[in-house]
Amino acid sequence: MTVYAILAALASFWMAKQSYSWFPPEAAAEAKLQDDLFSLFTGLGTFIYLGVIGPFLYSLVFHRASKYDMSDGPPIEGNTWLEIVWTAVPLVLVLTLSFVSYRTYEKMAVRGPMELVHLHMPEMMQSAYAKPFDSTPQQDIQNAMETAPIEQIDVTAKQWAWIFHYPKQDITSTELHLPVDRRVRFTLRSEDVLHGFYIPAFRLKQDIVPNREIDFELTPVKTGTYRLRDSMFSGTYFAANQADVVVQPVNEYQQWLADAASQSPTPAFNQAAFEYSQANDREGATKDKVAVRGWDTIPPAPPPVVNYAPKHEPDIAVLNHS
Amino acid sequence: MTNISIDAPEVVRGQPYPGAPDNWKRFFTFSTDHKVIGIQYIVTSFVFFLIGGLLSMVMRGELITPEADLVDRTVYNALFTMHGSIMLFMWTFPVLVGLGNYLVPLMIGARDMAFPRLNAVSFWMIPVVGILMLASFLVPGGASQSGWWAYPPVSLQNPTGHLINGQVLWILAVAISGVSSIMGAVNFVTTIFRMRAPGMTWFKTPAFVWAVLGAQLIQLYGLPALTGGAVMLLLDITIGTSFFAPERGGNPILYQHFFWFYSHPAVYVMILPAFGMFSEILPVHARKPLFGYRVIAASSILITVVSGVVWVHHMFASATPAWMRILFMVTSMLVAIPSGIKVFGWVATIWGGKIRFTTPMLFALGGISNWLFAGITGIFLASVPIDIHVNNTYFVVGHFHYVLYGAIVMGIYAGIYHWFPKMTGRMYYEGLGKLHFALTYLGTALTFLPMHPAGLMGMPRRVASYDLEFAYWNVLASLGGFLLGLSTLPFILNMVSSWIRGDKVGNNPWRAYGLEWLTSSPPTVENFEETPIVVSRPYGYGSNEPLVGNVPNPGLTEFPESFTQKTTS
Ligand code: HEM
Ligand SMILES: [Cu+2]
Ligand SMILES: [Cu+2]
Repeated sequence: MTVYAILAALASFWMAKQSYSWFPPEAAAEAKLQDDLFSLFTGLGTFIYLGVIGPFLYSLVFHRASKYDMSDGPPIEGNTWLEIVWTAVPLVLVLTLSFVSYRTYEKMAVRGPMELVHLHMPEMMQSAYAKPFDSTPQQDIQNAMETAPIEQIDVTAKQWAWIFHYPKQDITSTELHLPVDRRVRFTLRSEDVLHGFYIPAFRLKQDIVPNREIDFELTPVKTGTYRLRDSMFSGTYFAANQADVVVQPVNEYQQWLADAASQSPTPAFNQAAFEYSQANDREGATKDKVAVRGWDTIPPAPPPVVNYAPKHEPDIAVLNHS
Repeated sequence: MTNISIDAPEVVRGQPYPGAPDNWKRFFTFSTDHKVIGIQYIVTSFVFFLIGGLLSMVMRGELITPEADLVDRTVYNALFTMHGSIMLFMWTFPVLVGLGNYLVPLMIGARDMAFPRLNAVSFWMIPVVGILMLASFLVPGGASQSGWWAYPPVSLQNPTGHLINGQVLWILAVAISGVSSIMGAVNFVTTIFRMRAPGMTWFKTPAFVWAVLGAQLIQLYGLPALTGGAVMLLLDITIGTSFFAPERGGNPILYQHFFWFYSHPAVYVMILPAFGMFSEILPVHARKPLFGYRVIAASSILITVVSGVVWVHHMFASATPAWMRILFMVTSMLVAIPSGIKVFGWVATIWGGKIRFTTPMLFALGGISNWLFAGITGIFLASVPIDIHVNNTYFVVGHFHYVLYGAIVMGIYAGIYHWFPKMTGRMYYEGLGKLHFALTYLGTALTFLPMHPAGLMGMPRRVASYDLEFAYWNVLASLGGFLLGLSTLPFILNMVSSWIRGDKVGNNPWRAYGLEWLTSSPPTVENFEETPIVVSRPYGYGSNEPLVGNVPNPGLTEFPESFTQKTTS
């Protein structure tokens, strides 16, 4: 019994450590906070799972009726004390988990809709964060908020493209560039249906609702290239509605902004528009590759015209051969 | 062996009304016998289970490679929409209503449901729903492509411009299924409140009946919201009202509230009866009373209440303000408590028992272990910060299939095997049953476990194509999916052949304590020759108390021969 409990505890601890490896890199301060929380849940979850499945399997193995045993088991119908304990234990557990989740949520300080007001009151933020719970990622968020002006980026989602607009420089791009260790604030807009702004490496996600501007904040802390995906089902080319996110040192980021500003707008490659034109083109590449042809679709928006468009139309000849 | 209906002549067994056909033909009549209706529900829904399953095989075929190359994107979208809709509206709900229909009157000692004709009407709406759903594949523009949520504005977009399109047919089908379910709910609730046999107080009522009561109460409070939302959506599509259409000033988030106010509790409409079956089956095959019967029974009602105030957890990433996120996080986590009570009760029930690994027992045990896993990942999802990362990813798909396939479908299989001898008077083949269990259990793990890591890595749900990094887990899930498809074959074979020529069994082949086992197998027209007078609780193993006062209790103290033959050979 005690041995099993110790083994289960060790296994849970191992799983909790292991859980960090199930995720993409932690590219935002918020991601670290979330992974810690997830690890705690994994540890406790494993312990509960083993705690229940152990006795369960034990009875299955050792309390089988032998072949000719036709008798009944002991007529135990309940045990008030036990029932109170196993109501109280989960109750305490879920209240604790709620509380810890709440703390993490508060530390992440992702603004949902209508919460922007707080940001103009730094002293309020201070008091909210000056609690002894401070951990490094939270410190990162706080530093980013205090040391430099918040970067403002406008995001437009549509069927099926992402367009990023940098209002200060008036630059548009189909690739999202972000400075590392800076707090970034997005204003999310949709031109048609619901979309979801989701960067797995940041562990962050926010639905975008037509007719509404939704503010959203985060703090990238690791340079590299990540994926932004549409997370709210948005129609035919939903799966192809993706973009790259480049997190870079502040000076490179400034350089990129300057370079992009000097370029004149050109149509960017757009997967949805590309596939659509292929499907409606008898000689098209995708058409031949798909086994079952489908139905009509809402025509994709024309490829966005932007200052910075990293990707180009794939070579159809190559596609046909792959 | 004595029996209350021992001298009922063979011909009237299972006959819906005097003069009705006493063969398979009665299942094609407008019968008002709850037992015939129950089997009608079960068989019809199983046909749709297979259709929904075939659709998922095609989806897994598409997802075995990263590109959208097997089916076009529009087809894929229609496939997951119709797979989800058929699985829920045409399989899970109806099959559980069918089992409830068959069992509840027998378990409470009633002669039929409270409103037999209404019952038949509820059933006959189901084929209509199914035909509408399938017909949508044939209309121009094809079946609905907006997911079983049908969130606007996507569900309002209609590229073909036809008024009769897949989305409209879908809404009609869902509305009719809603009407059918409301009628069914009224019937169940009335039956359970008014028709229990004399002496059957609430705390002598079987756990399954409690669970069905909880589930049907949810239907009563929840379905009006869904139906209201569906009607508003239909008006938006057809006559251009602007409830949800943003370009006309409507609010698409409002729809989500309507939808989830019903559709979260709907999960419990499905899982509660499965819980009820676990609670019935474990005592019989472990030969012990249900541990903590009272709290297990009451927790069904607690779940009914709490699950009514958790729906916003599906909208944490929608434009939901922080206070709501936190509030609904706490309520969602609280559902774990009544669910946990049940799991503990089940473990304590088998602890120290005399366990027999019959097929229904295996499915019940398998279902419980899967539920344990799914319940724990459910707590993860209730946590706002974790949900912000994983919602709308494959983690959620893995989680809810663990609930739906791992726990509910397993529970349904357990129930069908357990009561098969009661329904048909014959025994199924144990070997085929065990093969079915092994394939199902392995298939479930292989299909749905890999979806969790894929989701944690960031693979969104409802995608026809995906990035290369997700390929590994998707290949595993697809192979598992095909295995699950295969797993249904031994089941079909078993059911068909056992029904035709399985060994005949007595009234109570399991030596179970419950009113339904006191009558003949299959039960006579009016269920009981003489209304039983209940004197003690169900599950009285080891105590040798009689269950009813007025008729002898065959098989409760001694073993029927069929039992010894069947399970020890
Ligand atoms: C062989 C068994 C099954 C396989 C391989 C399977 C596979 C899938 C897949 C690949 C999806 C799409 C997930 C997504 O991208 O969102 C899906 C969705 C879904 N499945 Fe299954 N499934 C199976 C059985 C079931 C069963 C038995 C049920 C219900 C009882 C069910 C209910 C659903 C629902 C409700 C959806 C969501 C549809 C939507 O997003 O609109 N599935 N399934
Ligand atoms: Cu493919
Ligand atoms: Cu829910």
